[in-house]
This record gives sequence, structure tokens and C-alpha cells, in this order.
Amino acid sequence: MTTQNAPAFLALPTAAARPATTAGAAIALVGTFLAWTWTDEFPGDLTVTGYPGGLQVLALIGAALTLLFALSGYGIKGLRWLTPGGTNSPTRLLALGTLGVVGYSIGAITVKLGGIVNLEPGAWISATGALIAVIASLGLPNDLPADPDSSPNPWNRFRDSLRAPTPDRAKELPAWAEILIIAGAFGIGLYVFTYGIDTEYAELFIGFMITVAFGFTAVSRAGLIARITALTTKHRNVTLTAALVAAFCFPFTQQNEEYALIGANILIFATVALGLNVVVGLAGLLDLGYVAFLGVGAYAAALVSGSPLSPIGVQFPFWAAVLTGAAASLVFGVIIGAPTLRLRGDYLAIVTLGFGEIFRLTVNALNGVSGPDLTNGSQGIPSIPDLNILGFDFGISHDIGGFTLGRSANYYLLMLLFTGVVVMVFRRSNESRIGRAWVAIREDETAATAMGINAFRLKLLAFALGATLAGLAGTVQAHVSYTVTPEQYQFAGSVPPNSAFLLAAVILGGMGTLSGPLVGAALLYLIPAKLQFMQDYQLFLFGLALILLMRFRPEGLVADRRKQLEFHETGQLDVPPDEPLTDTAAGTTKAGA
Amino acid sequence: MTDMTRTATTTTDTGTPVLDASGVTMRFGGLTAVRDVDLTVNAGEIVGLIGPNGAGKTTFFNCLTGLYVPTEGKVSYKGTVLPPKPHLVTQAGIARTFQNIRLFANMTVLENVLVGRHTRTKEGLWSALLRLPGYKKAENASRARCMEILEFIGLQDKADHLARNLPYGDQRKLEIARALASDPGLLLLDEPTAGMNPQETRVTEELIFAIRDQGIAVLVIEHDMRFIFNLCDRVTVLVQGEKLVEGTAEVVQGDERVVAAYLGTPFEGAPGADEVAEVEAAEAEAGTSTTKTTTTEEEDTR
Repeated sequence: MTTQNAPAFLALPTAAARPATTAGAAIALVGTFLAWTWTDEFPGDLTVTGYPGGLQVLALIGAALTLLFALSGYGIKGLRWLTPGGTNSPTRLLALGTLGVVGYSIGAITVKLGGIVNLEPGAWISATGALIAVIASLGLPNDLPADPDSSPNPWNRFRDSLRAPTPDRAKELPAWAEILIIAGAFGIGLYVFTYGIDTEYAELFIGFMITVAFGFTAVSRAGLIARITALTTKHRNVTLTAALVAAFCFPFTQQNEEYALIGANILIFATVALGLNVVVGLAGLLDLGYVAFLGVGAYAAALVSGSPLSPIGVQFPFWAAVLTGAAASLVFGVIIGAPTLRLRGDYLAIVTLGFGEIFRLTVNALNGVSGPDLTNGSQGIPSIPDLNILGFDFGISHDIGGFTLGRSANYYLLMLLFTGVVVMVFRRSNESRIGRAWVAIREDETAATAMGINAFRLKLLAFALGATLAGLAGTVQAHVSYTVTPEQYQFAGSVPPNSAFLLAAVILGGMGTLSGPLVGAALLYLIPAKLQFMQDYQLFLFGLALILLMRFRPEGLVADRRKQLEFHETGQLDVPPDEPLTDTAAGTTKAGA
Repeated sequence: MTDMTRTATTTTDTGTPVLDASGVTMRFGGLTAVRDVDLTVNAGEIVGLIGPNGAGKTTFFNCLTGLYVPTEGKVSYKGTVLPPKPHLVTQAGIARTFQNIRLFANMTVLENVLVGRHTRTKEGLWSALLRLPGYKKAENASRARCMEILEFIGLQDKADHLARNLPYGDQRKLEIARALASDPGLLLLDEPTAGMNPQETRVTEELIFAIRDQGIAVLVIEHDMRFIFNLCDRVTVLVQGEKLVEGTAEVVQGDERVVAAYLGTPFEGAPGADEVAEVEAAEAEAGTSTTKTTTTEEEDTR
């Protein structure tokens, strides 16, 4: 598979480069077992020889993976399954990642403890090893010959060295083995996610992000992601079950209430983002005020929750509250959608943006002074009681099978049920006649109507469905957060979910996909929650991330097949190369219908 | 050959009228793009609509399919007046293709045809969400029917390709397949062979005959005169938004006004009038039909 004669980034003899990479990775690995600093003032305790801690563990993982892939490059039997795609580019990426983590650790220690003298030799050994591995791995031949179209400047040549071929079709495995692989992949995914949530200090989280970013890219260059994707598309129901089981297991790994709450909030955010994906991703309607529907649901549920401060002194059972919230959002969705969806293009974006603000201002005004007392104005509706479904009190801890499930974990599991519903709605509608009509409208509304699609009705359906799903999520959110206030439902704010972040989660994750918004929402919630010091620059960094993403991966982190083909025309598997048009065919298509 | 502009009402030899447009006028502000056009298409007929660029052919199509609301006049399909809403027109049984290809580029070939099937299936959102009984059956039936259409059109091997990745000729075919999926009684084709080479044009010709043989009437706009005169039972000529001539191929080919509309009429005393007269004389000798065909073909392939 590897074209040995493809030139390397650095002109080193391959015979020397591969052992040097292996040796460098090994040295970096050994270094992580030594002390990196002398004092335990730096979090994670990097002082103990023979027992790596904190950032050392991440460096250890990076170095071990580099070693593994470098060894796989020798073609050792039993390791070849690791690299069905590229062999050398994952090694390069992992070496870079290891160097990144070690370098970041050294920098963080130096800054935190005030000087380079605080480093012990172990850090330098790891850094040297990682550096050797990086330089040597750049001498390994490229997996693909250089792109003939790009100019041979160093940056392009470097990028070429990271490209890798897509793997060919995998050997047929027995079904149980494939299912086992899927389960294993989700197990690893859950572990990585839990590790990220459990990181106790910002340095460790940044190190974690560096490791995951390089590690994930390397694994996808190696072709393993493509293999897994092939399996998950083959066993879709198994995949869905595995994902649900993995998500279900999450609260059992969290004994810390704070982290379980992060999990529950991520789930709420992700569910709402998935609902938005029906509107934006499938039907192509740009909704900039989506969070208002979450607010409608949350307020409706809060009003009937039996909160002592609710101006309506009723207490509905939870199922009725959920229906109330969903119905209220549905009504608002139809009210907003009916007049605006007849128009095309930007009008809807403007109107929804306005609606988002109107909702917030109206709720603020309905305080008994500037309007009838319905929502307590800016104070919101506080002290929403905890749910009690069939005698199961969500407010207290429960011991189940030796695991303690706190309040947040209870709500997490409840929310998971709602997420499951939304996932099902998204998947089933996407594959149906209705979903196809939505995509057709998104692609070309004129052609869609000419095919007999009532564009207005279907757009209204998408809009109302999206609103209802947000309303559903809102009913749980009201209980999780104890209080609903108007300021929770802004266009842009520091705490997700708000309209801008929801839209970003959809676009970042991948429009029109099922897992994209879930991944996008998890990242967008987790990063600000973990990096408190970033709070002030959050919107700035967030904008930067979006720009970079649009430049380098416009289809989002998780691309559906359609989008990927749209933005990157070449290098697809089961798609034939474009046949060049005949002379008569070229250029005679006329514009205008 | 005295009655050169035979009106539609006199040619009821092929069957009952499928499409009956009467007095269709379309004004955009001060511009009258289509003026008082009558057109009838009978069952089992292929009717051609020709005219120089800007004659209002596509505008007339858009009036027929409800994309434009005609300023005056009415369009009826099998005796019922059509509301000017595109989806209702398609629902009634008129399907169309577009002059510039308008496929759903990022959907697969099969999905494109399935979208065309929209009006002939009923399954709504609840049915899909709850997987009500009959949902799977209806979905499978749709897929089977669409694969049938793709086989008829010759794209069955490319069902899973993205529409955007098809070669040009196949994209044109797919547009026709998508239109056929709505089980129409009348198919409107807007320049189906634009940009095709002679072989591809021939294949399209066969395809349109095959569609006619399925009992679907066809109304086709085209600039390729050889194609039109081979294919059509009747040809209507539209010039500057008005119907000039209607009749069989021979009638239209023999009409001087058609030639004048395509090549321009010299006015008295115009500079170069003598040369034009010479050319006309030469043309008359060489036989009008061939000259016309070659001229327009050159125009097309340029």
C-alpha cells in the first residue's frame, strides 16, 4: 500500500529514519517514567520516578502509540491491522502530538513555577525523544505521492507528508466480531470522553485536547476510522444501541456531582442542537432564534411545575408538563413559521433572530409591572421542585448496584431518554419521504416544487417539528437548572445553549448528520466548562475556531457522504472519476429557466 | 396547404386534449413576454415548441407549470382548470424538466427519482416516525417503481451515485426520469438535447418516442430543428411572445415567416438589402429545410 518511492519531507535514508523514529518514541516513553519537576506545586504530581501522573500519562500514551505505529511500519505481523490506510503519516502525526504534549508540559511548568530550572531531567529526556521521533518520522517516505497541483513550498510539502490513502475494502469478518469491534470502539470513545470530563485542572485538559486531536487525526489517517465507519453503516441498529449503552454507562463512571452535571448539560445542549439540525441541516432553514423554543418549553414546564413562585399555582404530573411544553413550542413555531416560511432566503433568518429577542424581552416584561404577571420578569421562576416519577425522587442520591447516582446523574438518565426520542425522530424522518422532500427543498426549492412538493407546508412541518423537539428538551432543562430566567435564552451569551452556540454546534459538527451536532455540542460545552480562564475570550476564540473550521473543513467534523463529496470532490471510494465532457457538451448549458 | 395556421381545435385526430391552454398572457411590468397564446396537446402526441431566443418559450412553460401565474388566460389539464401552484400542477399530472439542469445535486440518483415520486405517495411524518403499518411497504413500492424508471431510462447501474457526479448526458436523462416518477399524463421537456452530441441526441429521440408509447403526451422545446421535425407530430412557432404558426413539420418548414423570424426580415432600402436578396434566392434554390437546420445547429454548438 505504501508507495516507497514517494519522496519524504526530509531527505533521510528510510533505513535510518524508521529505527530512529522507533528509538525516539521509546526514549520519550522512558522519559515519562522519570520525574519532570521537583515540586508537587504543579498539579498532577510529576515528581515521582516510576509512576507517571497527569500530563505524563498523556505523553506516555502519545509515545506508546507512536511506538506502536512505528513498529507497524516494519510490517510486523499482528500489527498490520493498525494501518490499513497510511502507515507513515499516522506515525508522523503521533510523534508531533507527543512532542506537542511534552512541549506544552514543559512550557506550562516553566510558566507556572517561574523558570526553566524547575524542570527535572525526565522532561528533557522525553522532549529529546519526541523531537528525535518527529525529525526521523519526517524522513519516512510519504504515503501518497505529492499532489502535482500544489506548489512545492515547505508548507505544502509538509501537508503532503500528512496525507494518506483511503483503505480498501476490509476483509469480511463474522458478524459477532464486527459487533464486538463496534462495542470496543464505543467503549474507547466513552473512556476518552469520561477522561476529558474528569480532568481536574486546565493544564491537563489542554494536554488532553492536544493528545486527542493528534491521536484522532492519526487514527483516521491510518484508515481505522474509515474501517469503523464501514462497520457502523453496516450494523446501524447495533451502532445506535452501542451508542445508547455507552451514553447510559456514563453516569455510573461519575461519582463527582459537578462532572455529572456537565454531562447532563451536554446532553441537553446536544439534544437541542440535534433538533435544530432538522431545521437547518435537513430543510435548510436558517433559524437564528432557536433557543427561544427551548425557552418556551422550559417556561411552560416551570409554570406548571408547582414551583411556589410560579404565578400559575398548578402542578402537572411530569408527562403532562412535557406535553404542555412541547405543545407550547409547537404553537409558537407555527405562529412564527406560517407568515415567514412563504418567503425565501434571508427573511427567515431575520425574523427568527427577531423572535429570539422578542421572546426574551416579552418574558422580561411580563412581570406584573410593565405587563400582566406571568413570568416574574427578570427574576424568572425559581425553586422548581425536583421531579418525582413513580416514587423515584430525582432530587436525591440513589444507590444502584454499588454505584451512587446523584441528582445530576438522575436527570442525565432522564434526558438520555429524550435524546433517544430526538435521535429516533431525526433518523426516521431523515430517511422517509418527508426527509427527502426537505433535502430537495434545501437543494433547489424551485425544482422541488416542480416535483410536486408543497414547499411551504413541508418547511412549516420542519420548523414546527424542530420547535417541538426544543420544547421537549426545555421541559427537562427547567428541572435540571432549578430556575428559568429570561437571560438563559439569548442569541449569544457565555453559557451554551444559546442560539449562536446551537447553530455553531450544528455547523461545527456537520450539518444534516446524526452524530455531528452531538459531537459539536459536546466540544462546545466541554471546552468552555473546562477552561475557566478562557471565559473572557470565549466568543473571540469561538469565532476563531469557526473561521479555521470553515477554511479547512467546511463540511464539519462529522461529514455526511453528500457534504464530503460536495466540498472535496476527489479521493472518494465508490464514486467514479468525473468523465471529461465532450467538446459539444461543454459550455452550452444556458442560464435562466 | 392553404390553411397553414391550422388551429389546435381542428387537429383532434390523435385523441382527446390533455393540455389546453387558451389566451395565456404573461406580462412583467411593461414587458409582455407571452401574448395570448393558445396551445393544445392531445393524448399520445408529441408537440414541439420552437422559436428564436427570447421568444418566450420557457416563460410559457413556466406559465403552464404554475411557476408563473399568467396575467391572463387559463390552462386546463384533461378538462380541469389548473391552479397556478407548481406542486398542484404536478399533482394533477404534468411533469417537467428544466432548460438548465436543476437536479438535487447532492442527492443520489435514486433519491432524486424518489423525490419525483412525492406526489404519488401519501406517507406523512407520523407514518415515518412511528413506522405505522404500510410505511415499509409503501417505501419499498416507491423504490421498486423508481428502479423500474431508472431501468427504463438506462441509469439503473448508477442508482447510488450522486447526481452531481453524473456525466452531462446522464444528468439530462435523470431529469427526465425524475419527471417520469410522478406518473405524468403530460411531460414538458425544456431543451432536452441542449449541449448533446448527435449520438446522444439520437438516443434522447428514441427515449421520447418510448415515453410517448407509454401513453404520455410530450411537449418539447428545442432549438435543434432536425430533432424537432423528426420527433414531433405538430410544431408550434413562438415569436416575440406570440404564436406565429402551428402545424405539421412540413407546414412549419415551408412557412416564410418562420425563416424570417429566425434570420430577420430585411426592410426596404436597407443597406445590404441586395445581398440579402441574393442569399435568399440561393437559399430558395438549395432548399429551405437543410439551410435552416445547419444554421441553427451551428448556433447551438458554438
